[in-house]
Amino acid sequence: MSSYTDLEAQEVDPTAGTAPARVQGRTPFQLAWARFRRDRLAVASIVVLVLIAIYAILAPVWAHLTGHPYDATFPKTGLDVNGQPRGPSGTFWLGADQLGRDVLVRAAYGARISLLVGILSAVLASIVGTLVGVLAGFVGGAMDTLLARLMDMTLALPYLLVAIMLATTFQISSVGASLTLTILVIAFFSFAAFGRIIRGQVLSLKQKEFVEAARSLGSSNARIMFVDILPNLVAQVTVLTSLLIPTSIVFEATLSFLGVGVRLPMPSWGSMLGEGSDVFQTAWWLLAVPGVLLLLTTLSFNLLGDGIRDALDPRGDRATGGK
Amino acid sequence: MNGDMSDARRAGQGAGQGTGPGDVLVAVEDVYKHFPIKQGIVFKKEIGRVHAVDGVDLQVRRGETLGIVGESGCGKSTLARCITGLHQVTAGRILFEGDDITRLGKAGLKAFRRDVQMIFQDPYGSLNPRRRVGSIIGDPFAVHSIAGGAERKRRVQELMELVGLNPEHYNRFPAEFSGGQRQRIGVARALALKPKLIVCDEPVSALDVSIQAQVINLLKDLQDELGLTYVFIAHDLSVVRYVSDRVAVMYLGKVGEAAEAEVLYGRPRHPYTAALLSAASIADPDEAERAERIVLTGDVPSPIEPPSGCRFHPRCPKAADRCVREDPPLVPREGDPPDHVTACHFPVEPGERLAHKHAAIAQVSTQPELPEVEE
Repeated sequence: MSSYTDLEAQEVDPTAGTAPARVQGRTPFQLAWARFRRDRLAVASIVVLVLIAIYAILAPVWAHLTGHPYDATFPKTGLDVNGQPRGPSGTFWLGADQLGRDVLVRAAYGARISLLVGILSAVLASIVGTLVGVLAGFVGGAMDTLLARLMDMTLALPYLLVAIMLATTFQISSVGASLTLTILVIAFFSFAAFGRIIRGQVLSLKQKEFVEAARSLGSSNARIMFVDILPNLVAQVTVLTSLLIPTSIVFEATLSFLGVGVRLPMPSWGSMLGEGSDVFQTAWWLLAVPGVLLLLTTLSFNLLGDGIRDALDPRGDRATGGK
Repeated sequence: MNGDMSDARRAGQGAGQGTGPGDVLVAVEDVYKHFPIKQGIVFKKEIGRVHAVDGVDLQVRRGETLGIVGESGCGKSTLARCITGLHQVTAGRILFEGDDITRLGKAGLKAFRRDVQMIFQDPYGSLNPRRRVGSIIGDPFAVHSIAGGAERKRRVQELMELVGLNPEHYNRFPAEFSGGQRQRIGVARALALKPKLIVCDEPVSALDVSIQAQVINLLKDLQDELGLTYVFIAHDLSVVRYVSDRVAVMYLGKVGEAAEAEVLYGRPRHPYTAALLSAASIADPDEAERAERIVLTGDVPSPIEPPSGCRFHPRCPKAADRCVREDPPLVPREGDPPDHVTACHFPVEPGERLAHKHAAIAQVSTQPELPEVEE
């Protein structure tokens, strides 16, 4: 195989000197992007996610247009004579909840929380996980034993019980503080699985000859970790992070559903599902709206992650050596 | 030992860097490298050790190419990594220009690494797939803070030209090059700091034959031009013969025989060398017909529990009781020049035929092997 490519290269070379038109080498990123664009599901999921993001960003606009702030109750227009919530109509486009609040507006604010918590905790978990994984895998020895056991321990903890315990212990009532705590809890329970995968990758990368080559040149350990190993983890980290976002969104919804996530009155898809579950037999939209949004978001992130993984697929990726 | 450089070598030394050609650049003195085998999760217990390199003495003279041959697993790559300081030796000394590199501190080791470079076997694995060629070849300059920015780029492009790569391809990724071109990238990286010694660990084994010749000729040309010293490791006997001034044959962590290339190939004294050479293919079919083929019985013994006495005795057609008991020293044997050393009690005599002997010996060797495990 190599002799053929040698010939190709030699055929290209003469043109390099004479004609200005050059064959431009494509970077691994360009190649991955070209593959990604052909993946219809992944592109569609990006479109869905952009729409949901726009819906979330424009939350104050919906509140203004409908005249329904997210925490305001409208018992007269939102509830019928029996005190039951009214369904979708001209005034409440996606219906009202038991207190007569606008589901459209609340779901938009809920989308903000879901996306914020999902992305921030996934990014936080991936940063910590990558650092811990690289350190454990590369340094090895006592460091590896310590960090690997720490990760095993974290994975062994019952995360829901710990989250409920933390929420009740700290008695947090402010929205901002509960948001921070939720992000930290989710990141804490996600970094270990992330770190273990990265550690495994680093262990195999460490055996590669290019690491030995770097060492024989006199590179320091820090230089090898950041200049030689880290760039080889970019694909892995990107895929894992994009797949961690939907998990974190569901995690947040679970915590909020149980009332230990983001505090009321700030709406979140999880808490909306929790509140709506009492009356879903008469008011289906209370579950359908946050439920469908949650489903669409997580599904899109998962498909996006798969698309990224396929685009960066090591087997199809010439940049990893074509082996 | 210093005086007997061949005339051909001295001629090739013309462009040397002024330092006395022929003096000893690297002296490997009784080097051992054992890898412990550990069991247990928290409290690791050593249950054995792999005797990868087990008492090796070698010298590399300035400006020469020392070839090291042997089967897979005989410790030649481990020895290479000991010489380049990638492995900490278990025992013994490695003197580089008189300094013992096994005792160097962090700063000393970094300085030493400027003088000794390595070319690796796998042209795919030895180049970081996520970095551009310019940055890979420029790495030595960055690590040792020698040149940066435009100056680094200029020097990298000079190196690329020197090894026959198009300097325009500075910004490409390793994946955009063929195997042979990648090995040239590896060579350019090794040359960047103008090292005194380059250890080539099977530099052409992963390339196909037409490309092998290109890379070997490149290495030879660079040696003449820059006065380089090579340690050249390979399992291809004809490649080693072509590039080497002297050749050492390794078997199971020890040097069995070492001599000038033509002497060793023309008149092997160690039965293992003779068997290796008889297994090499011969281009001339008439010649091939006449040549005897020594077929060794059995596999290479485990380096975890190497055989007693002479390492080769369980497979040797000439093995006797003495070989089981006594490890033969690596010394010149009767009738050999002083730099032709052989570790064998009963060296092969010219014209001796070994092919018919192996059947009888298999029985001699297997009996005393088990009870006498030394340690």
